[in-house]
Amino acid sequence: MVIRSFMVIFFLSLFSTAQAELVIEVTQGKQSAIPVAIVPFSWNGPETLPEDISGIVHNDLGSSGYFNALDRGLMISYPDNPDDVVFADWRNLRQDFVVIGQVTVAPEGGYAVEFHVMDVHNRIELLHHRVKGQENQLRDIAHYVSDYVFKRLTGIPGVFSTKLVYVTTNPQRTRFNLSFADADGAREQLIFRSEQPVLSPAWSPDGRYVAYVSFENGRSEIFFQELATGKRTKVVSFDGSNSAPAFSPDGKKLAFVHSTLGNPEIYVMDLASRSVTQLTKHYGIDTEPQWMNDNRHIMFTSSRAGGPQIYKLDSETGAVQRQTFEGRYNARPRLTDDNSKMVFVHGDGDRFHIAVQDLETRRVRVLTSNTALDESPSVAPNGSMIIYATTENDRNILAAVSVDGEAQFRLPSRFGDVREPAWSPIMN
Amino acid sequence: MQKSTLFKAMGVAFATIAITACSSNDVEEGEAFTTATTQPVIVEEPTKAVEPVKLSAEELEAQANAKLRDTTTFYFDFDESSIKSADKASLTAHAKYLDANASAKVKLEGYADERGTPEYNLALGERRAVAVRRFLMANGADAGQISVVSYGEEKPAATGHNEASWAKNRRVEIKYQSM
Repeated sequence: MVIRSFMVIFFLSLFSTAQAELVIEVTQGKQSAIPVAIVPFSWNGPETLPEDISGIVHNDLGSSGYFNALDRGLMISYPDNPDDVVFADWRNLRQDFVVIGQVTVAPEGGYAVEFHVMDVHNRIELLHHRVKGQENQLRDIAHYVSDYVFKRLTGIPGVFSTKLVYVTTNPQRTRFNLSFADADGAREQLIFRSEQPVLSPAWSPDGRYVAYVSFENGRSEIFFQELATGKRTKVVSFDGSNSAPAFSPDGKKLAFVHSTLGNPEIYVMDLASRSVTQLTKHYGIDTEPQWMNDNRHIMFTSSRAGGPQIYKLDSETGAVQRQTFEGRYNARPRLTDDNSKMVFVHGDGDRFHIAVQDLETRRVRVLTSNTALDESPSVAPNGSMIIYATTENDRNILAAVSVDGEAQFRLPSRFGDVREPAWSPIMN
Repeated sequence: MQKSTLFKAMGVAFATIAITACSSNDVEEGEAFTTATTQPVIVEEPTKAVEPVKLSAEELEAQANAKLRDTTTFYFDFDESSIKSADKASLTAHAKYLDANASAKVKLEGYADERGTPEYNLALGERRAVAVRRFLMANGADAGQISVVSYGEEKPAATGHNEASWAKNRRVEIKYQSM
């Protein structure tokens, strides 16, 4: 069995070397990580299930930094219903919670997963829930279980069912693949392939489209692509350079950067009418717009004071206010879902780190220190994690850090370089 | 999954070993062959005196300018888009050529090093290319002869992650377009 699956994977890798596939490795968990045991879910069908649902839940919760997931090999028993849970055993294993479950064939076809979260200290069942789906949805079911448990135990919505979009490329920069995958790196799907650079992917708020910049016609133009159908539309292609697309949270407007002769300015396109308005007018570089939740204010990077700093723009009045003052390089603002914090690239000499600023107190905190060439931060839709691109051992990899700086993990690609990550919204 | 990755890595490793094994054999045979024979034979032949060709002042200048135009890549400092004074003679020669050849066209490609953010670097690469464009136009080139594109940090000339590579990547390349 091991050999057979190895053969299949080996041959696949020969024919589709473009598949990058990311693998999560936790480098640092939270100090307050909650000990939890995810017991293998029972299944009494004749064939092995195509996906190990409880294994996926184990990886999801364990790689989030919020939980320490107990190694299966250390479990004394594999209960699958609340009556069989011996709380004393789990207490001896120093677990706070135990997740158990059963997978069955649903009477109406497909599979049903019933799961329970047991509170070891209070010796009670905390919750139970049932979810159904078809065979090709078993991974989705697993991520749904992870989201459900995560929300209940941390109070924060889980993001295990979200997606990441990113660009993989070779060191020679002659192949560029825009792909998306589950937030755990699984089920990668190619969106667009080019021999010319592809960058700046941005999700539409409904998660149906990705906007990105492509050089396929010898200069930078902005395209939209519908993920379900693969249908592409060229949306912004003015003379000169077009870059940095950003959807407004209501999905009605696209902010972008257009430049002729070295003077990038921020523009906004009304997506229904396709009418375009110029928002900034300054000889400095103005780029990297990011909308605030009010669909009116935009954070952006500008070199108007010399080096790059972050400013806030009122798209209705044109008023501009500087936001960052510490350090000579602050760029590429991104906001948490509640707009309480701003995440950006903070340069200090030759080192570039991900930093977060509390927008109320203006206090800045640098979150990354193990990596030195950090760029392209993107915040998870629950505001808890930031994914970013960095360099490690001469390769471009993705890494993530929690907004409080406590948890860190890496998502290296198996082949080549991976860059420009963007975390999807929560999709329903 | 872990196991299959390991097997896959081993497969690649075996393939690599096989290839290196072949090539090292070739090298050894080749070396054995050459060491036996190479003994330099010096033959002195009197060279005929060449009549020096007299060049006019213009021809000399044209020759010097052609040599200056051999340089087509120009480098910049970090987060800077000002042309270095050492590059001005060469850029002037390009401008003169464009002035004298109205049908010649160039594309100026601007680039940045990997430090900082990709979108800011796209703007920086464009600023560098536009600085070169401005210089060429001030010295005789026509706007219609010059197009500008920035690739930012997306297409480095050197792939290292150190100042030596970064210095090679902060650049503008002049590309003459075939007519």
